[in-house]
Amino acid sequence: MPVATPTDILEQRSRRDVRHERLFRWLLKGCALIVLAALLGAAGATLWGGRDAFATFGWHFLVSSSWDPGNDVYGALVPVYGTIVTSFIALLIAVPISFGIALYLSEVAPTWLRTPVASAIELLAGIPSIIYGMWGLFVFAPFFANHIKPWLTNNLGNKPDDGKLSWVAEHVPFVGKLFGSDYPFGASILVAGIVLAIMVIPFISSVMREVFQTVPTRLKESAYALGSSTWEVSWDIVLPYTRSAVIGGIFLGLGRALGETMAVTFVLGNAMQLSASLLDPGTSIASTIANQFSEASGLQKSSLMALAFLLFVVTFIVLLIARLMLRRLASKEGR
Amino acid sequence: MNTLYLRRRITNALAMTLSMLATLVGLAFLAWILWETLRQGISALDLKLFTKITAYGEDGGLANAMVGSLVINFIGIAIATPIGVLAGTWLAEYANRTKLGESIRFLNDILLSAPSIVMGLFVYTIIVLPSTALTHGSTTFSGFAGGVALALIALPVIVRTTDEMLRLVPSTLREAALSLGVPQWKLTLQILIRAARSGIITGVLLALARISGETAPLLFTAFGNNYMAINPIEKMSSLPQIIYQYANDPGDAMHALAWAGAFVITMFVLLLSLGSRLILSRTKVSHD
Repeated sequence: MPVATPTDILEQRSRRDVRHERLFRWLLKGCALIVLAALLGAAGATLWGGRDAFATFGWHFLVSSSWDPGNDVYGALVPVYGTIVTSFIALLIAVPISFGIALYLSEVAPTWLRTPVASAIELLAGIPSIIYGMWGLFVFAPFFANHIKPWLTNNLGNKPDDGKLSWVAEHVPFVGKLFGSDYPFGASILVAGIVLAIMVIPFISSVMREVFQTVPTRLKESAYALGSSTWEVSWDIVLPYTRSAVIGGIFLGLGRALGETMAVTFVLGNAMQLSASLLDPGTSIASTIANQFSEASGLQKSSLMALAFLLFVVTFIVLLIARLMLRRLASKEGR
Repeated sequence: MNTLYLRRRITNALAMTLSMLATLVGLAFLAWILWETLRQGISALDLKLFTKITAYGEDGGLANAMVGSLVINFIGIAIATPIGVLAGTWLAEYANRTKLGESIRFLNDILLSAPSIVMGLFVYTIIVLPSTALTHGSTTFSGFAGGVALALIALPVIVRTTDEMLRLVPSTLREAALSLGVPQWKLTLQILIRAARSGIITGVLLALARISGETAPLLFTAFGNNYMAINPIEKMSSLPQIIYQYANDPGDAMHALAWAGAFVITMFVLLLSLGSRLILSRTKVSHD
């Protein structure tokens, strides 16, 4: 029985360390691969669940506007239209406001005011989406129906209460159709777009603010030294320098808006109809799934899964573009 | 020349005013939403919220929903924290600047804003459907499935903060430990994670704040239950799900209960984000 020499012990110990090290590495890598598995799994599960719908309807699924559980015929057009239009309205409202907020917080506001205001806006991002939904349903939609909608239908729409068309509705194409509605409630595509806008403002504005702060001070100071005004510096120096990241931030907001469920479900009215009017109720992919999935079976369930797959693929692409755009600025900085 | 100067000044003044207005609009909506939640929520607060279950309807409370939320959130965090911290550690310490590491970091950022309802359907497919088939329908929707769905949403938040916090740890610390002959796994577990501890805890709290208001993924996983359920293999109610159900109910008394639930969730989330901010600012002071 040989006595263990110090070198033996050392060797044993280093062998043990190597073993532990390898085990630890595998454990860590396995955990990281779960992230990958979650993404692939979500895509695969919805594709697999929607296989019946894709097989039955083929490409027709994408362009058909019928959603008829009675005859078991389903098409994605109405929810896809609702999702795209509400997200588009949300961006139309949120992008200028977010730009204003980011500009104010990075260039205009007195220094002592910046942090508290920025934290308050970020607080808006932390509020759960169901709270936005409730606020939209019980507070904003009635407010909209009583105060904003009558003005819109009477002054812009093609179905005014008194029957007299306004100048705009008569002469500007499409506007009359967009704002014409005889539906009495507030819940509509436009309200859903506005609620979504409020939800994505904090995301877009905080990205914009962050990237505006990365603009080198000497660049801005050079412009100021040449006599530029604050606006000129922001529009001609800061914005071009950060363009790709700003677009990335906007796409990030778009990704959020496309996939949002709760805030939209409450205020969209949930009507399976294709209407040109923004004041009519509609539906979106996420809210269709939320409303129908529990009671669906067979081909309807499969169609809902297929909708989820479409939603996942579209948001994935949008978010991919967002992250790539955001990375371009980071690589410019040598990070 | 003079008119040009004037025009530039007017443009500037206009832009500055508009930017201030935009900020005011943002803050006004924040105030409006919080004010309504506080006003309607506080007026609906009642002791029965915490003592009675939802089976009583209008005369009931939210006790089972609160317990359900606690259980489901706990499961979600309990699953996501170890996986997230280890995955984040791998990204920061082992795979930093490798191709696989970069791609996973990139995909994690996408998972961060992936639609939560799709995550719910994913978990429905991998847990609810198999458990229904295996138990011949006696176990279908479950609190556990809800917890897994929430874990998938919490995971990218934890991965990202862990990754970022570990990369902030000064490399001198690593070099000092390695030069003493400490193996890397020991260095990671006993030194780096400890150094980044408060940041990692912040990430977990943020993830908790994020999942505690999630509704969509719970609809097809935990489903809902009007009675008290503590065992996670049963169907389970949760606050967001009850709010969704009650807000769609025509009765005013149900709306009041929904507002009360909304108030409880909002307070919880705001306190969490405040708490995580405090932890972060405290460590900043200690490092300076």
